[in-house]
Amino acid sequence: MTSRTLTGALIAGLVAGLLAAALNLWALTPLIQEAETFEGATVHVHEDGTEHVHEAAHSHEAAPEGLARSFGTVATTLVAYAGFGLLLGVGMATAARMGHAPGLRTGLLWGLGGFAAIQLAPAVGLPPELPGTASADLAARQMWWALCAASTATGLAALAFGRNAGVAALGVALVLLPHLLGAPQPPSHDGLVPPGLAAAFATRSLGVAALSWALLGALTGLLAQRAPRGALA
Amino acid sequence: MTFSIARLRLDSETLAIAFAAVLGLGLVFVAGFANASAVHDAAHDQRHAIAFPCH
Repeated sequence: MTSRTLTGALIAGLVAGLLAAALNLWALTPLIQEAETFEGATVHVHEDGTEHVHEAAHSHEAAPEGLARSFGTVATTLVAYAGFGLLLGVGMATAARMGHAPGLRTGLLWGLGGFAAIQLAPAVGLPPELPGTASADLAARQMWWALCAASTATGLAALAFGRNAGVAALGVALVLLPHLLGAPQPPSHDGLVPPGLAAAFATRSLGVAALSWALLGALTGLLAQRAPRGALA
Repeated sequence: MTFSIARLRLDSETLAIAFAAVLGLGLVFVAGFANASAVHDAAHDQRHAIAFPCH
């Protein structure tokens, strides 16, 4: 049962990754490319108050373009979702051993929980951002992101499976903790990316993630459920 | 006898879960955090899309 759940989770990760990659290429990559025309550009203000933008000649000269770029996006999205799937499978297999049998509906809840922990909660402190957006030190943001994802996931698990008020209170505290600490923020949010473009990107990023995680969870639950009862390994 | 077989199976399941956890974390690290520039360039758009901190 356990290894069927884990294998199913890996397969579900690849399927959800394909969906996420297709949605990324369709809805998000064009916004990234548009933002890159602003990245590295400088605003030149004249003495009479008029201003114009000097576009950067080459901000990403080494980055792959065209088909190679799309291939990189698809491949690494599959890697990310295979990882997400395995971690979700680890959670579901552990819960199954404690008597919470996996299925399509519980799987969907697991997927939405994963979305909340990996995407929604980190986005509260560090909104999905386009290239060229002002942001704080990379290592500090990565640290906060990892802390937020782990803390939210643990907190949600405590809320879902805790059997008394104390565990539930701990769950609430763990979900709130990263936001009480606060995500690393840039000194100012000045950037050259138009606010409308940044808003569209953040919203679409969360929408794509919500759909992909819902599919990931539901499919992982379904594949675990289909495993023959009592089958060894 | 039954008990010890049950224990054995329990332990191999624990190992499978631990292995999957390490592998899953490793894949997420490569996709979202690894610094090597080849990995970063290929993963660039995906990192922005999934909102892994990038740049």
